[in-house]
Amino acid sequence: MSSDVTPTSTPVKTTGLHVGDAEPGCRKVDPILIADGVKRTFGGLTAVDVAHVEVPRGAITALIGPNGAGKTTFFNLLTGFDKPDAGTWEFDGRSLAHVPAYRVARMGLIRTFQLTKALGLLSVLDNMMLGAKGQTGENLFRSVLPFLWRKQDDEIEAKALEILARFKLEAKKDDYAASLSGGQRKLLEMARALMSDPTLVMLDEPMAGVNPALTESLLDHILDLKSQGMTVLFVEHDMHMVRHIADWVIVMAEGKIVAEGPPQNVMQDPAVIDAYLGAHHDTDLGATDTGHVEALKELIDDEQ
Amino acid sequence: MIDWIAIFSNAAQELISPTTAAYALAALGLAIHFGYTGLLNFGQAGFMALGAYGYAISILSFGFPVWAAVLVGIGASIVFALILGIPTLRLRADYLAIVTIAAAEILRLIFTTNTFDAITGSASGLQGYKTGFAALNPIPDGTYGFGPFTYNAYDWWIRIVGWSLVTVLAVVTWLIMRSPWGRVIKGIREDEDAVRALGKNVYSYKMQSLILGGVYGTLAGMIFVLPRSVVPANYQTSLTFFVYAILLLGGAATILGPVIGSMIFWVLLSFFSGFVARAVEAGWLPFMSQVQAGQLRFILVGVAIMLIVIFRPQGIFGNKKELAFVK
Repeated sequence: MSSDVTPTSTPVKTTGLHVGDAEPGCRKVDPILIADGVKRTFGGLTAVDVAHVEVPRGAITALIGPNGAGKTTFFNLLTGFDKPDAGTWEFDGRSLAHVPAYRVARMGLIRTFQLTKALGLLSVLDNMMLGAKGQTGENLFRSVLPFLWRKQDDEIEAKALEILARFKLEAKKDDYAASLSGGQRKLLEMARALMSDPTLVMLDEPMAGVNPALTESLLDHILDLKSQGMTVLFVEHDMHMVRHIADWVIVMAEGKIVAEGPPQNVMQDPAVIDAYLGAHHDTDLGATDTGHVEALKELIDDEQ
Repeated sequence: MIDWIAIFSNAAQELISPTTAAYALAALGLAIHFGYTGLLNFGQAGFMALGAYGYAISILSFGFPVWAAVLVGIGASIVFALILGIPTLRLRADYLAIVTIAAAEILRLIFTTNTFDAITGSASGLQGYKTGFAALNPIPDGTYGFGPFTYNAYDWWIRIVGWSLVTVLAVVTWLIMRSPWGRVIKGIREDEDAVRALGKNVYSYKMQSLILGGVYGTLAGMIFVLPRSVVPANYQTSLTFFVYAILLLGGAATILGPVIGSMIFWVLLSFFSGFVARAVEAGWLPFMSQVQAGQLRFILVGVAIMLIVIFRPQGIFGNKKELAFVK
């Protein structure tokens, strides 16, 4: 993957985000997103059971964890795409319970998807323009009268072209989004999210399936979001990338938050190693079974 | 000998017949549903039946003027769209298909049953609702036109109203589909979760689309019954499928497609039926009776549509480029 990417510059990390010890569920100086007792079960399986978590404002937070840890489900719960069985969660001081997904987006919490959702048979430019908020022409009755929305539409187009240029997609603006490569679609989805001037951008595996060259530019774009004052929360499996850009890391395993902290510290946390490698990875499971141990020793001797 | 002139002149008449206009309108409504929004509405016949019955019953049973009867039909189809949409639009697309096809059949059976004979006329249907519409006709009595297009004042009046409605609604559809509203609608067709994540109320947009396309179907139902009477057997599921055939023939996400598709469909249908009937008469098809000949036209039209869908799946006006990316 992107382990061979040499960062062009070392990003400036934001520090001093938390209050007290960096432990699971610790308080933040200025949280933008707070979840309390959020629980979601599918039949007998508890996918998400988060006691308390706060996402710091103005920083890049990574949500990591092994497959099946409940990261994407937690994303869906926070953005209104799924309903938890219990719990409260708020964004910018406003409760998000029972708020439908489209209203969550209007409040400034924009997400992307693990499986990219480019709108295939719309042009790249139309994809972008769809992202803008508060469009007059999106009302059915006003849409028949172009003079009511033409000016606003031109402004949105100018903004879309400017963002496309930043993401180096402007040459593709009239092509169907379906004709873009997987990596370009990831870029388009991120660019489209910016059209609504969000305060919190939630990226679900922004690097999955993206080639190393493009990874670097995506990393720069994510760092760019932070420099523009946005908060970023992203799910990622690539530890190199997490270490490189994240200011804060939240680790999930089996639906729970098991560790939190700055990237350097969290990678050393025994709970994180347990989550990824299993809690018994360094215990000798054969310790009580002398017969097997004997047999194993013989096998090892044979090989030597 | 075969009377080719009669066959061609009958076929040519279908170009501007009110039935063609009605099917064009219904197909335009389906283009909004299916072509632009991705809603699988298999109950367009139900919307057309509501237009026909809403109009005829308002006039016959309640003595409403024409404008009020039209409004009753439109109101009925809005209520119908809400009843269909509220439970199903939150679910996957195929549920709407099942519910609409069933609801349209329920409507037809309600109109057919003897229980409401006094109002609906049950299986024999309704007639005698045309005086109000004829009274609005500004054309003086007489016969006008040339060649195959020679009609009396009433027939011209239906054609003018029908095709004016088609023109106006085609322009309206064109306007809304190139507006930001149309952009949202087309986005929903591609991926509704993505559109939801961008802050659009997808449910409301789908409902607006269902209502709008349904109202087109209702107006189509009114034009459809002006040259004939209201008969429940006309609103079977096959009506919906003919409208779908027209839509696919012309191109699903196009404006001109449904209109030109309807013209081609009806001209072809008339040509085949005229040709086969006369060929049987002339003894060209000795293995066939007149009754069988009447059915053969649907087979021939079916084959023609299959050929078009196989060799030009985007329809006549569709964009070939889109096909490269169909999942």
